[in-house]
Amino acid sequence: MSQSRTYDCVVVGAGIVGAACAMHLARDGFSVTIVDERGVATGTTAAGMGHIVVMDDSDAQFALTEYSQRLWDEFALTLPADCDHENCGTIWVAADGEELAEARRKHDFYKTRGVRSEMLDEKTLREAEPNLREGLAGGLLVPGDSVVYQPRAAAEFVDDAIRNGAETIFGRRVVMVTNGGIEFENGDRINAGNVVVAAGIGSCDLVAGVRIRRKKGHLVITERYPDFVSHQIVELGYLKSAHSSALDSVAFNVQPRATEQVLIGSSRQYDIDDPAVDYEILGRMTRRAFEYMPALANLAAVRVWTGFRPATDDNLPLIGRHPEMPNVFLAAGHEGLGITTSAGTAAIIADLIAGHEPAIDASPYDPARIF
Amino acid sequence: MSESIKAEVVIVGAGPAGLCAATGPVVASRSVVLIDDNPRPGGQIWRAEKGRTEDLAGRMIHKLSEHENFRRMPGTHVFGIDGNSLLCESPGGDVRVEFEKLIIATGARELLLPFPGWTLPNVFGAGGLQALVKGGLDVSGKRIVIAGTGPLLLAVAYYLRSKGANVVLIAEQAPRSRILRFGLGLWRSPLKLVEAVWYSAKLLTTRSVYDSYVVRAEGDERLRSVTVRIGAKTETIECDMLGVGFHLVPNTELAELLGCEIRNGAVVVDEFQRTTVENVWCAGEPTGISGLESSLLEGTIAGSSAMGAPDSGRFLRRNRRIRRIADRMNRCYELREELRRLADNATIVCRCEDATFGEMSKFDGFRAAKLQTRCGMGACRGRICGSASRFLFGWEADSARPPIFPVRVSSLAGED
Ligand SMILES: Cc1cc2nc3c(=O)[nH]c(=O)nc-3n(C[C@H](O)[C@H](O)[C@H](O)COP(=O)(O)OP(=O)(O)OC[C@H]3O[C@@H](n4cnc5c(N)ncnc54)[C@H](O)[C@@H]3O)c2cc1C
Ligand SMILES: Cc1cc2nc3c(=O)[nH]c(=O)nc-3n(C[C@H](O)[C@H](O)[C@H](O)COP(=O)(O)OP(=O)(O)OC[C@H]3O[C@@H](n4cnc5c(N)ncnc54)[C@H](O)[C@@H]3O)c2cc1C
Repeated sequence: MSQSRTYDCVVVGAGIVGAACAMHLARDGFSVTIVDERGVATGTTAAGMGHIVVMDDSDAQFALTEYSQRLWDEFALTLPADCDHENCGTIWVAADGEELAEARRKHDFYKTRGVRSEMLDEKTLREAEPNLREGLAGGLLVPGDSVVYQPRAAAEFVDDAIRNGAETIFGRRVVMVTNGGIEFENGDRINAGNVVVAAGIGSCDLVAGVRIRRKKGHLVITERYPDFVSHQIVELGYLKSAHSSALDSVAFNVQPRATEQVLIGSSRQYDIDDPAVDYEILGRMTRRAFEYMPALANLAAVRVWTGFRPATDDNLPLIGRHPEMPNVFLAAGHEGLGITTSAGTAAIIADLIAGHEPAIDASPYDPARIF
Repeated sequence: MSESIKAEVVIVGAGPAGLCAATGPVVASRSVVLIDDNPRPGGQIWRAEKGRTEDLAGRMIHKLSEHENFRRMPGTHVFGIDGNSLLCESPGGDVRVEFEKLIIATGARELLLPFPGWTLPNVFGAGGLQALVKGGLDVSGKRIVIAGTGPLLLAVAYYLRSKGANVVLIAEQAPRSRILRFGLGLWRSPLKLVEAVWYSAKLLTTRSVYDSYVVRAEGDERLRSVTVRIGAKTETIECDMLGVGFHLVPNTELAELLGCEIRNGAVVVDEFQRTTVENVWCAGEPTGISGLESSLLEGTIAGSSAMGAPDSGRFLRRNRRIRRIADRMNRCYELREELRRLADNATIVCRCEDATFGEMSKFDGFRAAKLQTRCGMGACRGRICGSASRFLFGWEADSARPPIFPVRVSSLAGED
């Protein structure tokens, strides 16, 4: 099959990031084709947790997650019900006084930036989540955060793009990206005015100089237990462990699913290619969870899976124009926040391609920083 | 709390194949561990049957247990693999069982196919209904339709009648001519494999039809009637229960986790029952549906091969012969095209997640359908809808992932 048609935009990758980009671009009236070597949401997106969360590790991360969350809230108005978007809020749990001080700092950080949050003490924490163990110091409730079933949401974004005229090419691997288009294994080309590389961990194979490492994670999902948890709950120790790149780490993280199942996370391991379940770290991860929520131990687990977070060296995604190939845009490296930040990423990419000023300052994500 | 044990030969499945596999190595003083998820030994057929044959499994276990080098782990699920260790959940907690040699004898399950009404209460798998009755369900005086395909239907009908049920119809989807031809070809080899055919003689007073299949089950809270296509006609039959199964599917999940090659839904083995993975053997139904006698032979062959004992050529030859007959039998019960079209768009295919035929048929593979409709994500791990989808849509099932059975989260946690 040879492609003669020229598109305004070709998006490489139909994960949540590529899907969101395609939706935005098609809505904005561009002719779009979206390409994936397998299909919609078959990469990291299939493996993620779907927590839409405002983060505060850095101002740049805050700005992107907060912007993204607002955009997700807008999508939520029209997303089909089976995307399971639910505004359940996040509870950051403080195990001790030191972490409680961290919760307070976080509270102040959000407050000065207009994000609602509410301090919980030992008692109100357990009222909010009775399955947490006694004796935890307290926590911070961020009511605006949500969860979504992201494989369905990604498919919905692609369908939205198709309704606006986009085309899809699934089951073919892109081997080269140039300033004027993309090339497949057999030499077929697609010409495009703009190429958006949203290939997740595969992006580094397509664009020279891009370094994306795999940060492997494990998740466990249980059978249905109505009301076992009602918020996404994350330990505050997470902040200390999750971003240290040297060591493998685990953190307590549970999520109520719309299906009444409980999703248990999470682990982080660098530079492993093998997707197999690693029982050593799975053991550490689940035992960590029992420390906070002992009753989890007796729930029935139905599935365990792993995924690879696409991690950049500075923990910020690459969003924007390639410095040497002005028609190539990067939308990759979203690490453990790509479900959330896909929304902001897509809006920024669409604005840049249309020649508009993005709604937030996009310079911290500019790929020029790595070349 | 978690426990670790080790054995030279570890066998998963205490059905006929697993029990036979254990015998050689145990007698030869090798350390042997026999794991089965059921509290009682014997697998699908011996565990189930009362009287003589049940005694057989019990007697075999009793004999094996006289040896100190034998350990039995009943009521224990193998749910995962970590290197050379099986991860198990037993009534006492989680156990890691390290093996030098592993024999997989995990048997088979029924193939269930969706049709409108198949999820109504009182619609069961045919073998499943038999198991329930053995577990104490009272069927005396109940009007029961048995339908689907395979030799199991007759065995089940015969058994239910012996428990006082009123079996009003046996509907076999395969053409009568095919089964007759197959049956006639067997008069020279009266194998256990086709014992069921013999049941038909005792079922003469029961209405038995071929080229026939249930197109719909009707009822509100529970089953009231079934509509059956019989040849060119359609008939509605009032009944209290329906047992419907479409022959058997090998349980290959454990072999898959180990990385054994699977072809056409069965574990690939050589004539000594060696899989494509070193130190792993497979015996009985997982290597292809061929019934009791082949399970006995393959178990014995695998046991000898795993302990490096010389093999009896007689067993190998006999097994080859049975497997040829089994191949013919399986072809004779090949599923007809019409069965692919029984479900309508609203018919549920995945019972765990309520995914319907209409939703699933929009996708071009099981993995995509699973991600978008959640089919196969429930507690049965796609055992039912995965096998059904293979037939309905021609999809390859998703590869097996741990845990292959639901387990307590604590069993995943292992030791500190
Ligand atoms: C365990 C775990 C938990 C997580 N939890 C959360 C969470 O709670 N909240 C959150 O916001 N994020 C979370 N994430 C992160 C999130 O899942 C990822 O950041 C996000 O899915 C990345 O999306 P993507 O579209 O960039 O990549 P992908 O989903 O991997 O999509 C890339 C696509 O590109 C295709 N592709 C690659 N190379 C080529 C090629 N050469 N040719 C054609 N196609 C190609 C692939 O097939 C793939 O479909 C989690 C991740 C993990 C692993
Ligand atoms: C529901 C049903 C009813 C049947 N009824 C009859 C009948 O009446 N007459 C007849 O001739 N044939 C019957 N069969 C056919 C049966 O498959 C064979 O006759 C015979 O039992 C096969 O022996 P096997 O040892 O290969 O497997 P099985 O007898 O199936 O033994 C396998 C054993 O392994 C266990 N097991 C599987 N996976 C695991 C795991 N991961 N961890 C722990 N244990 C595990 C199973 O629970 C089972 O006890 C029936 C089959 C089924 C599915």
